[in-house]
Amino acid sequence: MNASTSSATEPLVLGIETSCDETGIGIVRGRTLLSNTIASSMDEHARYGGVVPEVAARAHLEALQPSIEAALAESGVALADIDAVAVTSGPGLAGALMVGVGAAKALAVSLERPLYAVNHLVGHIAADILDDDAEPLEYPTVALLVSGGHTSLLLVRDLTTDVELLGETMDDAAGEAFDKVARLLGLPYPGGPEIDRAAASGDPTAIAFPRGLSRASDMAKHRYDFSFSGLKTAVARWVEQREAAGEPVPVADVAASFREAVVDVLVTKALAACRDHGVPRLLLGGGVIANRRLRDTALERGAAEGVTVRIPPLSLCTDNGAMIAALASELIMSGRQPSTLAFGADSTLPVTEIQVAESS
Amino acid sequence: MPDYPGRVILGIDTSLGSAVAVVEPDGVIRAQTVSADPRGHAEMIGTLIERALAEASIGPSDVTHVAAGMGPGPFTGLRVGIAAARTFALGRAVPVVPVVSHDAVALELLLHDALTGGYEDAADEPFAVVTDARRREFAYTLYRGLDADGLPVRLAEPALVPRDDLDAVLADAGAVRRDADRIPAAMLALAASRALAAGRTIGPADALYLRSPDVTLPHAPKRVGVPVLREPAGGAPRSIGDGERDEA
Ligand SMILES: [Zn+2]
Repeated sequence: MNASTSSATEPLVLGIETSCDETGIGIVRGRTLLSNTIASSMDEHARYGGVVPEVAARAHLEALQPSIEAALAESGVALADIDAVAVTSGPGLAGALMVGVGAAKALAVSLERPLYAVNHLVGHIAADILDDDAEPLEYPTVALLVSGGHTSLLLVRDLTTDVELLGETMDDAAGEAFDKVARLLGLPYPGGPEIDRAAASGDPTAIAFPRGLSRASDMAKHRYDFSFSGLKTAVARWVEQREAAGEPVPVADVAASFREAVVDVLVTKALAACRDHGVPRLLLGGGVIANRRLRDTALERGAAEGVTVRIPPLSLCTDNGAMIAALASELIMSGRQPSTLAFGADSTLPVTEIQVAESS
Repeated sequence: MPDYPGRVILGIDTSLGSAVAVVEPDGVIRAQTVSADPRGHAEMIGTLIERALAEASIGPSDVTHVAAGMGPGPFTGLRVGIAAARTFALGRAVPVVPVVSHDAVALELLLHDALTGGYEDAADEPFAVVTDARRREFAYTLYRGLDADGLPVRLAEPALVPRDDLDAVLADAGAVRRDADRIPAAMLALAASRALAAGRTIGPADALYLRSPDVTLPHAPKRVGVPVLREPAGGAPRSIGDGERDEA
């Protein structure tokens, strides 16, 4: 860490994140977190059983200004003191991203400050930097990012210059699978915490649900990719068979066995990536990390294989603006130029594009 | 900065294409930048604001008010301009003045009619500003003349109508149809300026979507093909979750 405290080396950055259903405003000075303000529209999506893009985008527009004001108040910072504005350009929901992009551009022009447009997934990795209690992140590291919007396995050689996508989900994100199976079991949205609660009294070995893309042939072709739609179908079929036979559905056992299948595949593939690349470090990120079973399994099996598993505080694992500000702060401290104003929302932004539209 | 005593209004509208203008309170247009691209609002908005300020030879700190076009307009693009207007204003700690986007078109038409003669006739003739609302619908707002504050008189608030029904609806209202394919941001700013001078609020605080979010409640989980052995009494087999759909 740099001992200097001048603003040139420790920029004060305001980050705006609107890629999914959380309006996140973060304020960071260098590697120090000053505010992590989040307004979520989750409750508005509950009746639909999943994130509705238009509902999320409308909520972002309404939440943005109050969230910025709350973040400033919490951190005791005035907008005039901000050195740079940062924003998520992608990946994410296009209409939701556009609200943040429009807001960030106008704020940067208004304040006459540089703007950094960054990658949401790499932001999840940058969240780790804000963890005061942890040793600095070492490179290279494997990163497993799991949420309702993405399930990605990355190899991070350098946060600001070299991130490689090893694999990602071919269909549903892991968080989506939790939501859909919860629905199937008659549990409310969001599914993650509900499945967790139901699974607490269940037997994770009761039902042998399939592990997607884990057969030998799949491991040759899709070694680091994930698929959860087959698992979801298997759960549905199992439940239907029970119902058709007029037998009660053991919700706790189904939830525990389903969760075990998801966790097993996530951790197995992440540790395979560590082994294959000779990287004894695994970083977890994304909202599904809130799942205790996933964290415990990763820590346990990581330790058995000599892999150090890092888990940032959960408030920094879910989507937030602080991680976007943190990534921009790292870019600034490494001497990168700001983004031009000519970029848009990119719903499929590849992880290799850590910063978008850097000016030459 | 001080070419301008008094108000300097930045107008931003992305309800149709993207448009930004800088206007002085007496109606002098210092800058007007436009992108006709019906998409690309997020791409264009920063550049348009920067260009408008440069053309007006002012800095952001010279702006005293931001006029925001609140729609109606296609949602995705509309939000970009409103978000931009709000954060620009926040950055300078100046107020946002919301304006119905159609008001800008109406004001332009009425001022144009006044300049080109025929003001007496035009002033009392009801007309409708009509814009494309997609999905085979138009958005329209009925107007007649200017009031004492120099603002267009809205006879009815913005509404949607199926494309094929528009002409019949306007005939009933006795209104002439005036289609618009752009929103003049300078007129948006001028309307805001006149509202400020009169101490009036003329636009809504929230976006004029005119449509609920396009969502349908999810169906019960689809069955995946296990043969149903027993039909429950009363028809189709029910899956877990059916009740949820019915209640909402
Ligand atoms: Zn995320």
